[in-house]
Amino acid sequence: MVSMIDSVLVSLTLAAQDAAGAGADGATAPAAAAESFFVSGRGALFGWLVVISVFVLVSIMKARAGKVFKVRPIAGLSAVDEAVGRATEMGRPVLFIPGIQDMDNVQTIAGLTILSRVGKTTADYDAHIEVPVSRSLVMTAGREALSASYLAAGRPDSFNEDQVYYVTDEQFGYTAYVSGLMVRKKPAACFYMGQFFAESLILAETGNSIGAIQIAGTAETSQLPFFVAACDYTLIGEEFFAASAYLSGEPDQMGSLRGQDLSKALVGAVLVLGVVVMTVGALAGGLVDLGSVSRFFQSLVGG
Amino acid sequence: MSFIDRLDAIDRRWIFLMMACAVAIPIIVIGLTGARFPEVPGPTSTATFETIEALPEGAKVLFSFDFDPASAGELQPMANAFMRHLGQKKAKVYCQTLWASATPLIEETLKKCLLTQSPDLVYGVDYVNLGYQAGNEGVMKVISTDYKQSFPTDAKGTRTTAIPMMEGIENTSSFDLIMVVSAGYPGSKEWVQYVVSPTLGKGKPIQLVAGVTGVSAPQLVPYFPTQMQGMLAAIKGAAEYEYMVNEVIKAANPGKPLPPAYMEAQRRMAPQLFGHLLMVGLIIVGNTIFFVKRRQSRSGSAMKAAA
Amino acid sequence: MSRQLAIIVTLVAGVLMVVSGFIKPTQGWGEDAAEWFNILAAMAFVLGAANLAKVHLSKISSRDAGWGFSAVTLLAFAVTLAVGLFKVGVNPMPAFPDVPMSGGKDAEGSAFWWVYTYVLSSITATMFSLLAFYVASAAFRAFRAKNTEATLLLVAAFIVLLGRTFAGVVLTGWIPADSDWAFLRFENLSTTIFEVFASAGNRAIIIGIALGVAATSLKIILGIDRSYMGSGD
Repeated sequence: MVSMIDSVLVSLTLAAQDAAGAGADGATAPAAAAESFFVSGRGALFGWLVVISVFVLVSIMKARAGKVFKVRPIAGLSAVDEAVGRATEMGRPVLFIPGIQDMDNVQTIAGLTILSRVGKTTADYDAHIEVPVSRSLVMTAGREALSASYLAAGRPDSFNEDQVYYVTDEQFGYTAYVSGLMVRKKPAACFYMGQFFAESLILAETGNSIGAIQIAGTAETSQLPFFVAACDYTLIGEEFFAASAYLSGEPDQMGSLRGQDLSKALVGAVLVLGVVVMTVGALAGGLVDLGSVSRFFQSLVGG
Repeated sequence: MSFIDRLDAIDRRWIFLMMACAVAIPIIVIGLTGARFPEVPGPTSTATFETIEALPEGAKVLFSFDFDPASAGELQPMANAFMRHLGQKKAKVYCQTLWASATPLIEETLKKCLLTQSPDLVYGVDYVNLGYQAGNEGVMKVISTDYKQSFPTDAKGTRTTAIPMMEGIENTSSFDLIMVVSAGYPGSKEWVQYVVSPTLGKGKPIQLVAGVTGVSAPQLVPYFPTQMQGMLAAIKGAAEYEYMVNEVIKAANPGKPLPPAYMEAQRRMAPQLFGHLLMVGLIIVGNTIFFVKRRQSRSGSAMKAAA
Repeated sequence: MSRQLAIIVTLVAGVLMVVSGFIKPTQGWGEDAAEWFNILAAMAFVLGAANLAKVHLSKISSRDAGWGFSAVTLLAFAVTLAVGLFKVGVNPMPAFPDVPMSGGKDAEGSAFWWVYTYVLSSITATMFSLLAFYVASAAFRAFRAKNTEATLLLVAAFIVLLGRTFAGVVLTGWIPADSDWAFLRFENLSTTIFEVFASAGNRAIIIGIALGVAATSLKIILGIDRSYMGSGD
């Protein structure tokens, strides 16, 4: 097989040999080899991309056309108002941490989306929110999001850009600062929304020790057990990405959530089908060529 | 206030003190006696060892130090054992990092583990430190197609084109094995996603072994053994692997005792054991309190109902 | 106007990154876009440093709670920046012995290396070690067998905690390793929990997350979700 050859002339030389060793050979005429336009082996991935995009976009269009989609109650998000209300009553601040990664991380963006909703609630309640961040770009974006929230709540004068400030990029330097801040200012509500690593438990346990209501959301599976153990509510994986739709209730957001669910149903169906076919094939013993079935499913998932 | 109530409301600093004792006392005892527990290598550690053991002499190995001093307590013993094993296999070692704070760790590991074991090795011929490159998974994508584009110089500023052992290194497929010791992002998961997975099913697959922190290990198990040929999970994995490497070193140097530095992972298993036992004890005590209080509250409700 | 420009830039960069994953001639474009981000993030460091100085100077001047820590922060920042920038204590490279300070800023023996080895390494390792204490306290407080699921989780935790140490070998080492019952040894049960149950659960969560990431990215690229940049309501 010839592949990945860019603009060269290729000729194939064929040779045949009989049992006695006598042979004949010949060569084809030189032909230009052209570089493939598409990256090979990514057809299945492209197919999935198209299918998921179509599901999401069609669902959004349906939602815009007036179709109403329902979302199951997510306790952690229902508790946002309660947490901010409690902070207001106690006269203590609300602490919001949008993870420790930069703006190129989709979890940080999802965290800022939730910040804009939480910020609007704090502006409505006239509570104080503090957002220490570990990346300079997140500080800039966070200020934009929060200032728009205060504007939307009709309290632009209450917004102070120093509510969102930079601490350090260093993971444990940031953790030390935020832990110290919690102990000194004793926020009544702590939100951890974004990508976290080893600092998750240190932050959540410190928050627990000061008696704050804590709501966490992350797609970093390794940190979920720690948040579940130490926080009052935890948004697990996709719930974290669904938060934006849940809090806003906008048709576009609800539509995208529906598209996401349809995609998940399709993935689940392919998984179940694969398991059933392979199991039946194994039980039938020899009736089905398991190797080719396995290769088919692997190609289907782009493996 | 009953004993159970007092226990339930215990100041967490007592728990901290217990944990400090559970970790510190075994460290002191081991430091004085040199004792250690025997290791029974598990499947992922054995697979890691066998993948490296199967390398031919002079194999090209890319070694990425993707961790920082904070996680060095858990990961440095893995990096040390990896480096000693590579020295034993007479592999060509290409060190790099995607974590800015790991640069001095590379120098230290090379000096402590490779050069003390094989002082005759020549920089640029047998081993090289390519240093740090910013860009996280962006760097991984670039080195998958053109290694020297992301690493035009080594850590000392020498052009990679002028380094003898860089000859023939086009991209990540040019290496016989990639080793990653990682603490978080970017780490082993990104190496699998951006470097290994795109080559699956296309000619010679890239071989990858990783050493990871205990907390990130469950997340990486699904990648073993198809995308990752081996994995050392936490200090336990490091101890198992170190034990196997030491057996190889002992066989190569009969009668020569191993210095204590060769057993740093195995020696950490004692504090780990007592830390884990304390955790088990705390969970049992916590649950005892829970069940006693639940029983008390139920009998209290029953008495109220009867009254 | 600036917001519309931001949406257009997001759209172009997003589409570029997607296309570069599938079409060969555009593969380098995605890498270029990632490079732009790195340049932007590096430039934003200046912004971060200025903000750090502003926040901590204001804390010191108003004698806020913990203002002493702010003073330490600013001092540490200034010293580290100075020794790194001016390469204090850096020796020349062997290849250029006549060029002063031609060695790397973190070369052994330099002031920056000293700060790294004796200050940063110890402090960050201490912070990381705090996890052992916090995890013990969290386990004592939160790990309760409240229902069937929590009890199963508790049993799994015991097996893994014991199976990952020599305690597992002591407790179940009497089961012959080559017998049919060897799977009951704690180290084997621990491996099974990791490779079967934890792995299966992780895969399910990862699939959900991947779809969530795809849908969120699509909304951002197409400008459907703009709340992260302060609009959309």
